[in-house]
Amino acid sequence: MAELQFREALRAAMTEEMERDENVYLIGEEVAEYDGAYKVSQGMLDQFGPKRIIDTPISESGFAGLSIGAAMMGLRPIVEFMTWNFTFVAFDQIVSNAAKVRYMSGGQASIPIVFRGGNGAAGQLGATHSNSVEALYSNVPGLKIIAPSNPDDAKGLLKSAIRDDNPVLFLESELMFGLRGEVSEAEDYTIPIGEARVAREGDDVTIVAHSKSYWLAMEAADELAKQGVEATVIDPRTIRPYPIDAVIESVKTTNRLVIVDESQPFGGIASEVGFQIQRECFDYLDAPVERVTAEDVPAPYAKNLIEAWMPSVDETIAAVKKTLYM
Amino acid sequence: MAIAVEMPKMSDTMEEGVLVAWLAEEGASVSAGDVIAQVETDKATMDLEVYDDGVLLKRVVGEGDSVPIGALIAVLGKEGESPDDILSKYSGDGASGSSSDAEVQPAAPATQETEPAPAGTEGKAGTADAVDTPAPSVQPVGGDGASQEAAPSASGAEAGRVKASPLARRMAEEAGLDLGQIQGSGPDGRGVKRDVEGAMEAGAPAQAPAAAPAPVPSPSQKAPQPAASPVEAGGQDVRITQMRKTIAKRLAQSKFTAPHFYLTVDVDMRAAIAFRSDINALTEKQGLAKVSYNDLITKACAAALRRHPMVNASYLEDENVIRKHDAAHVAIAVAMDEGLITPVIRDADRKGLAQIAAETRELAGRARDGKLDPSEYAGSTFTTSNLGMFGIAEFTAIINPPNACILAIGAIRDVPVVDGDAVVPGKQMTLTLSCDHRVVDGATGAQFLGDVQAMLETPSLMLV
Repeated sequence: MAELQFREALRAAMTEEMERDENVYLIGEEVAEYDGAYKVSQGMLDQFGPKRIIDTPISESGFAGLSIGAAMMGLRPIVEFMTWNFTFVAFDQIVSNAAKVRYMSGGQASIPIVFRGGNGAAGQLGATHSNSVEALYSNVPGLKIIAPSNPDDAKGLLKSAIRDDNPVLFLESELMFGLRGEVSEAEDYTIPIGEARVAREGDDVTIVAHSKSYWLAMEAADELAKQGVEATVIDPRTIRPYPIDAVIESVKTTNRLVIVDESQPFGGIASEVGFQIQRECFDYLDAPVERVTAEDVPAPYAKNLIEAWMPSVDETIAAVKKTLYM
Repeated sequence: MAIAVEMPKMSDTMEEGVLVAWLAEEGASVSAGDVIAQVETDKATMDLEVYDDGVLLKRVVGEGDSVPIGALIAVLGKEGESPDDILSKYSGDGASGSSSDAEVQPAAPATQETEPAPAGTEGKAGTADAVDTPAPSVQPVGGDGASQEAAPSASGAEAGRVKASPLARRMAEEAGLDLGQIQGSGPDGRGVKRDVEGAMEAGAPAQAPAAAPAPVPSPSQKAPQPAASPVEAGGQDVRITQMRKTIAKRLAQSKFTAPHFYLTVDVDMRAAIAFRSDINALTEKQGLAKVSYNDLITKACAAALRRHPMVNASYLEDENVIRKHDAAHVAIAVAMDEGLITPVIRDADRKGLAQIAAETRELAGRARDGKLDPSEYAGSTFTTSNLGMFGIAEFTAIINPPNACILAIGAIRDVPVVDGDAVVPGKQMTLTLSCDHRVVDGATGAQFLGDVQAMLETPSLMLV
């Protein structure tokens, strides 16, 4: 094991896969000469040269589209978006082409591509730069979506994503690039897509949270433990396919579920998980499923308001207590 | 707007009622106060009165059908109005016989999540939920108001609907517990896991025996069929009446939860016989009710109960208390055609023998006709059961919960009695006291029974 920053884990994954397969390339704004807007690709231009580490103009639709075409022809592009907010100008390429080509061509063409970048709010960035896109894209069949919470998962899952023959959306976080954690140095270390990680086990309540929200859930669980409430915390790691079985199994034991999900509440990931759990665990639920999400308004700019808008540890604790009738 | 008529709660122990007979035709005009049907509860047959004027649009339940409290019985409305709205609202309820498991909607609209919505939210849900849910429009006739309150908050029951989490429902079903009997601690009295667990620990009243936890046999694994009946000579199936169900449930509950022990004493009744004959000479002259031996025993028991508060008590496990009752309310088991009932002589210790005699005769008469009001057979603190008139010498009775004791009274028999040095003809009666050992210990029960014996052998003691 080695302690790496989240960004270093991502770099390690990309580097190893590029060394392993010459069809893999990285493309995006500032990925080459500038070493990446968030220094994820630091040093990669030196190692792999400008043919495989490619700077682009500010033209998300363009470089997303050309990479989808390249993927159809057999290359395995990694497309870095500076943040997922900017994918909205490439939305048609991702939704209409990347997600649909394999289906509409009857399997004649597949799109082995990874789109990656920072997702979700990251402080005072204003309404247009604070979107959590997992619910938007998870509504589109044909896309896999991964949202890791720690460097080890980031590395293992990014390597799996690059090797996957389908378009994979890889959601990172600007606030987590510097997060440190132990990362496996095992040779050819991959983590299968679609498997949850049970981070903590308790009998009283199940909390499900991915990406940044996972850390809120863990902090809430620690605080609850001091009050005598033992929570199971599940990090789904993958949004599509969603590892619902792990949640079902846990809820059958705890009889209560709280979903922490930074995306918007209406039609969000929490809505879908809540629906599936009420259907699969109806006779096991002792309380309605609760969720902690962003507020249902655009992200505010003011510091106090963005803090109120985001899910919090306190809200998570309150939601848990509600399910426990405390 | 049509009005739903629901099965009302007509007694404390009632869970379902049988619609015995319809007294109004579909299409008939009815006025508030009209009796539209007769309903057999676990205790009596009672009239069902409507509280609104209108036309009986639809009889939902057939004669002889048994439906739970809160189930739709009938729909009232204006001439020509359709009952369909109400019927669909209740569809899935037991009354309609539908297999759907939808529940009766409470009056309150479903709570929407109160999240701020910047964009125009579609108002569909709001309008759909705004439809009035009709209030129950029927009350049983007679009885005091208190006993008819369905006590919605007590068990989360609302117009017969019990609120409970799905988990609590499943746990209660598996444990054979009646959720309606379990106090819910969640929002609006919702029964949740901890409530069912509490009830399981406390040994809450079980549901009908059929609800015993049994592994659900898979349809594909048919167990070998036992012979339908060991008797091949044919027979007749009789529907289990509400009264029989209640007797079965309450007495099984008593026998299985209250550890019974029995004390027997022989009472020399010679003095009591003379005393009764003197008294009745007097009551006859004054036009008062004739006093029976049973009345003497009621009076003796009531007087003894005052001196032995632990016998006049109830073991209330749910409340974690033994309640010593201030009043001595003596119930008397009365046989009916299809069961028995226990009308109560209230404050029997403070009533004269003639009054006890008159009340007992009046209550027993109405009890035999099934005309007792629930308040007249509820609230006893002690019970007696007399089989002397059938020549039974002695027997043991099952305690009538929540009483601590019941006294079984045998016949007065001619027996040889040793009186000093001589054997003389005697009159003897055997009393057997069944005691709930959770409340009454052997010595306590023996002292009580000794007092009853002493008062019957020396009736003037009853005056003390």
